[in-house]
Amino acid sequence: MCVAPCMMNYFPEEVLEHIFNFVSSHKNRNAVSLVCKNWYFVERFSRDKVFIGNCYAISSERLISRFPRLRSLTLKGKPHFADFNLVPNDWGGYVYPWIEAMAKGNVNLEELRLKRMVVSDESLELLARSFANFKSLVLVSCEGFTTDGLAAIASNCRHLRELDLQENEVEDRRGKWLSCFPDSCTSLVSLNFACLKGEVNLAALERLVTRCRNLQSLRVNHAVPLEALQKILINAPQLTDLGTGSFIHDPLSETYIKLKSTFQKCTSVRSLSGFLEVSPSCLPVIYPVCSNLTSLNLSYASGIFNNELIKLMQHCQKLERLWILDTIGDEGLNVVASTCKELQELRVFPSDLYGVGNAAVTEVGLVAISAGCPKLNSILYFCQQMTNAALAIVAKNCPNFIRFRLCTINPVVPDAVTMQPLDEGFGAIVRACKGLKRLSVSGLLTDQVFLYIGMYAEQLEMLSIAFAGDSDKGMLYVLNGCKKLKKLEIRDSPFGNMALLADVGKYETMRSLWMSSCELTLGACRTLAKKMPMLNVEIINEGEQIDGGSDDRQKVEKMYLYRTLAGPRKDAPEFVLTL
Amino acid sequence: MTSTTQMMDDFRLNYEETKLCLGLPGGKNGNEGSDSAAKNNNQGGKRGFSETVDLKLNLATSRDEQVDEKEENVSSGAGSTDTPAKAQVVGWPPVRSFRKNILSVQKGSNAEIGGQNSAFVKVSVDGAPYLRKVDLKIYKSYQELSQALSKMFSSFTIGDCGANGMKDFMNENKLTDLINGSEYVPTYEDKDGDWMLVGDVPWEMFVNSCKRLRIMKGSEAIGLAPRAVEKCKSRS
Repeated sequence: MCVAPCMMNYFPEEVLEHIFNFVSSHKNRNAVSLVCKNWYFVERFSRDKVFIGNCYAISSERLISRFPRLRSLTLKGKPHFADFNLVPNDWGGYVYPWIEAMAKGNVNLEELRLKRMVVSDESLELLARSFANFKSLVLVSCEGFTTDGLAAIASNCRHLRELDLQENEVEDRRGKWLSCFPDSCTSLVSLNFACLKGEVNLAALERLVTRCRNLQSLRVNHAVPLEALQKILINAPQLTDLGTGSFIHDPLSETYIKLKSTFQKCTSVRSLSGFLEVSPSCLPVIYPVCSNLTSLNLSYASGIFNNELIKLMQHCQKLERLWILDTIGDEGLNVVASTCKELQELRVFPSDLYGVGNAAVTEVGLVAISAGCPKLNSILYFCQQMTNAALAIVAKNCPNFIRFRLCTINPVVPDAVTMQPLDEGFGAIVRACKGLKRLSVSGLLTDQVFLYIGMYAEQLEMLSIAFAGDSDKGMLYVLNGCKKLKKLEIRDSPFGNMALLADVGKYETMRSLWMSSCELTLGACRTLAKKMPMLNVEIINEGEQIDGGSDDRQKVEKMYLYRTLAGPRKDAPEFVLTL
Repeated sequence: MTSTTQMMDDFRLNYEETKLCLGLPGGKNGNEGSDSAAKNNNQGGKRGFSETVDLKLNLATSRDEQVDEKEENVSSGAGSTDTPAKAQVVGWPPVRSFRKNILSVQKGSNAEIGGQNSAFVKVSVDGAPYLRKVDLKIYKSYQELSQALSKMFSSFTIGDCGANGMKDFMNENKLTDLINGSEYVPTYEDKDGDWMLVGDVPWEMFVNSCKRLRIMKGSEAIGLAPRAVEKCKSRS
């Protein structure tokens, strides 16, 4: 906008609103609302999409009163380390109060996206009943509901476009939730139930797919066999995103031959996932689709080995996103590097969680990818070993990383060649990647790596640390250096009270801080809570009971602090003490 | 030194001495290890310092044992040259429970013979130079199995039955036609080790009890064949 701000104040509000409509990212919208009172009011009444990164940072009442035109809400609940069982059950993150408040407040809710929240069947039922225009439900890593709740959504949401369930823990009640979609439902654009464990009515699924002519994305669960998939694909040639169910069949059978020709007609498919059960001899059937794919997720397919994977990858020249298991090996990654020149995001997951198997991928694979894929900007890499030299080469080849997450199976493994800490390698990454926003470090690391991170990682927003560092200095380097830091999560590292209390004002500029199995004592946490009333400082202690009367010197197992406008939360369980 | 740094030093020392890597709980410290594993899988289980202490104890006390174990591994020709660690770290590697559960289910079913998802049995046809294996669970009826088997063995001309015998076996969908002039009788060995005629029991029961299949030459099915003819005739 080259018009001076003062001139814009003479524009009628409708014009301002029209201009703000082009501002979609919530960060920019937040910035717009801070310019002046006038802009705050116009922005406030025109915003329909709200993102809340921590559901306890603000109350639902405040949300509804500030944004009366709310249509789409994104909420995140538990801290990230809850994914790895570090947060006990019943910690919190309940969505029910939000749905209740929005229903009472007559919000015209159309879209709800939840991550790491507890979603009960009651909340799904309330959701389905309360919002006549509800269109889109996306649940990622949530829990607490059953297929009965899904049945309520299917039955009542007449305009449902999207039902997307990703990696949730859902109890299967053997009901017929899929059959609850009425015959009049033709609006579905996206249906993903890959994480469900139970059977679905295949005939109902087929009918549903046939009548939803706008269906773009379909991801089924393992209970949907290949025969059913084949019939579905015949009726939905417009699909762009497909998640397969069970991919096992006798390659000599008639169904398989039909499947082959069906896949040849699937010219619109750009994204493929699923393969929860797969027999390698069936894979060639998808080769015709591979050359159009931009996204491929084979990270659940432990039944495929590297030679089959290699054959498959050779067909995928347009791939931009690849999620795979480490069974692909360094050799397979070499093939990816020479074939997938458009690759932007790579995730290599461990097939063997205990590290007693073969060293499937090493630094060699990572270097190959960095050399072959110039557009690479996001990586999650689980590996058995790493070297500083390799990381330096990777940094040189790929200065465009936005997300760099390395995870060594042994959390304190040193450089495989020199036996030195991996400080220099990660130092090279942060120095070269000026746009780095997210970083996870692992391996043997001293305070030095944090010095580098503090010095160079200027855009860093999220940092994950485990079993690293020598002293409080490490944590201080990060807190002092990373000006844009929003989320810091630390486990099993020797950072203590001095680091915690050095710059208490910093935490109000961040969304949250998690520290578990560090060197914190209750006294320091109390001091912090007292100085910073706008923070909730939660002590999660399951072992020794900690309460108001406990001694200052008591060690704190887990501490989670976050800025909030809502004060201490009222739904905290017994084992959580908010200071 | 604080307990965390102590623990990490133990980790590092062990690595340098014995190339420690995290492994399945087992071996000499099986009990403590398996407790940790159970806790790891238990969503609401106790965590934190008590387990850190377990971890520390495992590493500290087992140093001698680990050296022994390493030698044992080398001599027994175990695949991995690294000593498997005794300790299990909670929440490491950082993989979502959902993914962990899927992988462990898959490992279970891949490892079991005749597990949940597959029922592979050997199939021999008298006179064929080698056997085949089929997964009975991918078929839904005797008919489908018969079709698949005939395709599988269509490349053989078998012994002295001549092309005719084999053709009959291939062309027909019904078991009855196997018997008409052809010399082949499908039999299977059940859980008790008895050789039975294929087709008597419901399909699911057959899948669960069949250990191997043998397509017998009629001449060997003396005693079996006449009854087979009666049974097949009564089925049509």
